[in-house]
Amino acid sequence: MNATTHLSQLTAHLAPQSALIETLSVRARDIRRIALAAIYHAGSGHPGGSLSCAELLAALYGAELGLEAGQPLKADRNRFVLSKGHAAPALYAAWAAFGLMEPGVALTLRKLGSKAQGHPHVLDCSLAETSTGSLGQGFSAAIGMAMGLRHRKLDARVYAMLGDGELQEGEVWEGAMCAAHHRLSNLCAIVDYNKLQSDDRNAAIMGLEPLPQKWRAFGWHAIEIQGHDIAAILASFAEARATAPGPTVIIAHTTKGKGVAYMEDQPLWHGSVKLSREQIETALTALATNDQTVKELLDGSR
Amino acid sequence: MAAASPQLIASNGDSLREAFGKALTEIAPSFPNVVVLDADIAGGTGVHHFRKAFPERFFQFGIAEQNMMAAAGGMAATGLVPIVTTFAVFCLRAVEQARLSIAYTQRNVKIVASHPGLDVGPDGGSAQALEDIAAFRAIPGMTVISPADAEDMRQATRAILEFGGPVYMRTGRSASTRVFGPEHKFEIGKGQVIRQGCDVSLVACGVEVSRALDAADILAREGISARVINMATIKPIDSALLMAASRETGCIVTAEDHNIFGGLGGAVAEAIVQTAPCPIEFVGVRDVFGQSGEPQELAEHYELTGPFIAAAARRALARKKVNTK
Repeated sequence: MNATTHLSQLTAHLAPQSALIETLSVRARDIRRIALAAIYHAGSGHPGGSLSCAELLAALYGAELGLEAGQPLKADRNRFVLSKGHAAPALYAAWAAFGLMEPGVALTLRKLGSKAQGHPHVLDCSLAETSTGSLGQGFSAAIGMAMGLRHRKLDARVYAMLGDGELQEGEVWEGAMCAAHHRLSNLCAIVDYNKLQSDDRNAAIMGLEPLPQKWRAFGWHAIEIQGHDIAAILASFAEARATAPGPTVIIAHTTKGKGVAYMEDQPLWHGSVKLSREQIETALTALATNDQTVKELLDGSR
Repeated sequence: MAAASPQLIASNGDSLREAFGKALTEIAPSFPNVVVLDADIAGGTGVHHFRKAFPERFFQFGIAEQNMMAAAGGMAATGLVPIVTTFAVFCLRAVEQARLSIAYTQRNVKIVASHPGLDVGPDGGSAQALEDIAAFRAIPGMTVISPADAEDMRQATRAILEFGGPVYMRTGRSASTRVFGPEHKFEIGKGQVIRQGCDVSLVACGVEVSRALDAADILAREGISARVINMATIKPIDSALLMAASRETGCIVTAEDHNIFGGLGGAVAEAIVQTAPCPIEFVGVRDVFGQSGEPQELAEHYELTGPFIAAAARRALARKKVNTK
């Protein structure tokens, strides 16, 4: 078998998915644009960790969760919890990209009275499922949801996205032990492993490795993927769904600041840096399909 | 005013944790969505009764209170009514989880804390939570309750399940002294005058209620008429009852098995200064940690017993007389 044949055989089953992957890839760009514009208008926020999880959010809201815009939330819906709540701009952007939130609302990020609070708040947005922003807690709440859904015999799955720095919270490992002990097959954790945290690289602050081995030792099925590869993300969700008994963690290797050249892999862009007009124009132009989109996001009526 | 049993029935009853565990198990069939969360301490909190009767509604979280507290918020989000149970001191460990994942999200979760205060006894200072009422009272939307005896606890257990919203409730480790008969009526947010009086009001919660009745007996022998109020709900505090006590008796003593800062005394003072200011004396642990000892020994050592409440009443009375000259 030559290399070409081999590759075509491997990817043949993905053919029906190629259109979906293309769509999700476009949505990931939308998420990046809206999130950055929101952060620019807010004058603060966390761009780096918002950009690193754009494909993951696109795959969740565009495929895996199966939520429909305009429909009331059902008791047996699949749930997603953004435990790394500081990536709220990307969450709102994902909702906006898939019609689950008015784009104008996403752009009121961090403003007084806005439903787009600095960190997701369930009383403002029921899709947030719980309120996050204190690392570790969203993961625990997701575990409680998975336990509650199973107890109520509701066939629904719960996904929780954690930051890599978040894994330094002891509560995460309390939860990891708990989810494995209770064999929560309906739970899937996703680690946005961009290798950077607030002040520096994970390795410099508090090393996380060997990370997959840690999760496996706690009783989890661990999958490592390239977190910007949408096909790999979708395949990992399918693998997690097929895994029983017990929870699955998807360790998604990502690049912090992905999609904006001057932000990529730079600890500076975790948060706290205010974007200048020149910086945001550069970023949006790189991510936009046309100049009109940039103009609308920056100057359009909101 | 329908005063409850005015006389102290001087026999020991179930501990408040036992009373809670038994009451919960008894009424659980009427509350099918109620589930119990435990951190390897069911025998200590009284929920072993529930575990035995309803094993499928009992969730073991191991010795990991932070995860348990936040997970309770998530369980409530699926329509269940979780009761989080552990020792009061370990609730303090998970205050931030209670704040974000239960209170900020307005989840219908009940946090029931056993082993509060010096009443813990021999386990010593590390185990004696003297700060829990203050901590939970400061959380927006959190109702805080500390019942006085087994009957109060039995009724409070039903009341918190009928109530929709987050609650922090103290039980207790030691055998409790009976204060109430079956005619007692517990209501969230309402105190009860359990002994009429016109010279001074003794406002107490938890194990201090029976001691306040002891104090009233001592004062009566001196010709001082003390009103005794069971203030089981510390938040929201019964301001109307306190305002009447202030106006009708002119001075107040608060008594609690808790730091004098931020607990019942603080709640009473905050209410009184805004309505009908009067001299207030605070009986409680005076901003120190506890130590090992039997509960009664500790209560005497840290000046929480009837004679000390009576002494505080005399100080309050003296201040009232100065004010009215």
